[in-house]
Amino acid sequence: MAAYEIQADERVDITDVVCPVTFVKTKVALEELEDGQILQVHLNDGEPVLNVPRSVKEEGHQILKLYTNDDGTYELFIRKVGE
Amino acid sequence: MATDYATLKKGGFMRQKQKNHFSLRLSVVGGQVSAQQLAAITRVAEKYGHGYIHLTSRQGIEIPFIRLEDIDAVKEALAEGGAKPGVCGPRVRTITACQGSEVCPNGCVDTEGLAQVLNDRYFGQELPHKFKFGVTGCQNNCLKAEENDVGIKGGLKVAWKPEACISCGLCGKVCREKAITLTDGKVAVDQEKCNYCGRCALSCPTDAWDTQPGYMVSFGGVFGNKIHKGEAIIPFIEDQETLLRVCDAALDFFRENALSGERFRFTIERVGKDQLEAAVRSAYEG
Repeated sequence: MAAYEIQADERVDITDVVCPVTFVKTKVALEELEDGQILQVHLNDGEPVLNVPRSVKEEGHQILKLYTNDDGTYELFIRKVGE
Repeated sequence: MATDYATLKKGGFMRQKQKNHFSLRLSVVGGQVSAQQLAAITRVAEKYGHGYIHLTSRQGIEIPFIRLEDIDAVKEALAEGGAKPGVCGPRVRTITACQGSEVCPNGCVDTEGLAQVLNDRYFGQELPHKFKFGVTGCQNNCLKAEENDVGIKGGLKVAWKPEACISCGLCGKVCREKAITLTDGKVAVDQEKCNYCGRCALSCPTDAWDTQPGYMVSFGGVFGNKIHKGEAIIPFIEDQETLLRVCDAALDFFRENALSGERFRFTIERVGKDQLEAAVRSAYEG
């Protein structure tokens, strides 16, 4: 796997599911983390990349970076922000 | 008792095929009905109607099979729950709206607030023919703005904020108009291509956009026996005061120029689109 500048605490792959499970899987993974920890999400082009980052942001978490991979997938880095 | 159909019709009592029965149209603003209103409507439908309601094509509620002699009792029962008859006939009809920015993640403007303002200002106004307003919150156009005599669509004018940008490129990806390019970490917006949909700003992970909400207004939509899409005159109106001036101008134009029973579209075609444009531009400029 390519090297990214950000070190994640956990990684979740949502390329095997479609909306709305893409968001649900990401949300569940975030719930497992402590405040301030970083989640790396592996996601597909199209609907997931258009909607998941925005939904995560609307939930109040901090988007740190979105990387485009050579195969057209993406790596999204999220810092968990608690209630 | 003498039956005054004109008065009945103004009150939203739609004559049915069945003698002495009416389908009672209710006043609904922007598709919002409170639970309290619903409860009163339920009681009336059960006691005075046939125990059901009909949802109209324009976010209205009608209670069919109301009998002529029950009209006063029905109005009273509805009033207890804060519901009242709507209108039909040659006047400003139900103001329709999507849920807009107060609820919908895609919404660019407060459609429900605006629907209420339009309702207070125009609802039921007497005109040469029916006149419909519709308010939709964004380019997704769930409310089908251009079907209306005056259609209002929310949008966002955007300006990039370099200091907050993490150069993720998402704005360029979500832009359907190909108006955004990202070069060496710098975002450029082609204003000629931008359609104010706001997707770039709404999807931005770091809110790296200044946004100015506003309205895109279409005139002369009709979707009945004849079908025409409403057309824009001013590309983007930034404030509600100007918007209302423009709406006033459209209604004044219709009131002054339309023949009885002529829809706005055909008044515009008969009198000349340039005439309406001049009136609207003059109102826009204040």
